[in-house]
Amino acid sequence: MYVVVAGGGKVGSNVTRTLLKMGHEVTLIEQRPDRFARLEAEFGPVVMRGDATEVHVLERAGIARPPELLLAVTGDDEDNLIISQIGKEGYGVPKAIARVNDPRNQQHFDLLGITQTICATTSILGLVEHEVPQHGLVPLVELRREGLVVAEIQVEGDSPAAGKRVGGIRLPEGSRVITVFRQGRTELVEPSTVVRPGDQLLAVVPKDSVLELRRALLGAPKQMV
Amino acid sequence: MIGSGRVGSAVASGLLAEGWEVTAVDESEDALMRLGPGWRGGFVLGHGMDTGVLEEAGIAGADAAVVATNGDNTNLVIAQVLKQRYEIGTVVVRVLDPARAAFYAERGIHTICPTDKAISELLSAVRASRRSAGEAA
Repeated sequence: MYVVVAGGGKVGSNVTRTLLKMGHEVTLIEQRPDRFARLEAEFGPVVMRGDATEVHVLERAGIARPPELLLAVTGDDEDNLIISQIGKEGYGVPKAIARVNDPRNQQHFDLLGITQTICATTSILGLVEHEVPQHGLVPLVELRREGLVVAEIQVEGDSPAAGKRVGGIRLPEGSRVITVFRQGRTELVEPSTVVRPGDQLLAVVPKDSVLELRRALLGAPKQMV
Repeated sequence: MIGSGRVGSAVASGLLAEGWEVTAVDESEDALMRLGPGWRGGFVLGHGMDTGVLEEAGIAGADAAVVATNGDNTNLVIAQVLKQRYEIGTVVVRVLDPARAAFYAERGIHTICPTDKAISELLSAVRASRRSAGEAA
């Protein structure tokens, strides 16, 4: 696979290293001279110096081939957005993944059709909630294009779902409980599986039905302490 | 007026003088100095990527927006947000890089490229002086 990586910071350089190890062809674009020198010492001709938001720089990197994958992972959200747009709309790159540095800019990526994004801050916040499960339901992954959320649900003794068969619980349309984690083991859920207090369920749910799923399994949200 | 540097503040003042109601947005309070002591328009301190700042500037009721911060990519993102999210009919955006200006112009963004304008002005100035030198000879 041919991959163009824009931005040679921590993210870009580590991704490049791994992709090369996996046998992929990579061009890494870095603008800053000091960083470029360090990257060139490690990666050689894989690294190209330039501003990846300039069309001629992208063209030198082979954007017109086009690469199967474009990673826009600079430290600047505007740059990542423009790089993704030029690649996708101008050169027909089939897949662009953009890094969102400031989660408040996520809405701009969504609005402008850059649907594949990754935001470290949002991921870390998700993990924090995962570790402090006071909300009962934690969205783990959002599949933007599909409009689905993969969520983890912690069942308590007073949850309406406790003691019921999964098949007997009215779940929102289009949602499904996939696995249950109990006593250190993960099992696939069947309609006959009985939900028990202490279970950790993994479910797929349409984005707009997350609260409904929560109510169906855990009841009304508890007062936050 | 998003971005109130040398160009932005002059455009803002010009529009105000023509009777427009103008609010300038800039990250720095220095912009107020450029707008001058006679500035009668609005001013919001903040970044144009911040929808809270845009809304404080009254973007919802704007008839037109000019985007001229000192970053091409920032300008292009803000211009698209203004068009698509706030559905502002007239959005004009300054883009210094001719290639990016052309790319987004093809996609329906009204870009103004000062670099292109300088190039053609300089070329025609040289050609004109060659012609007049030729005529004199």
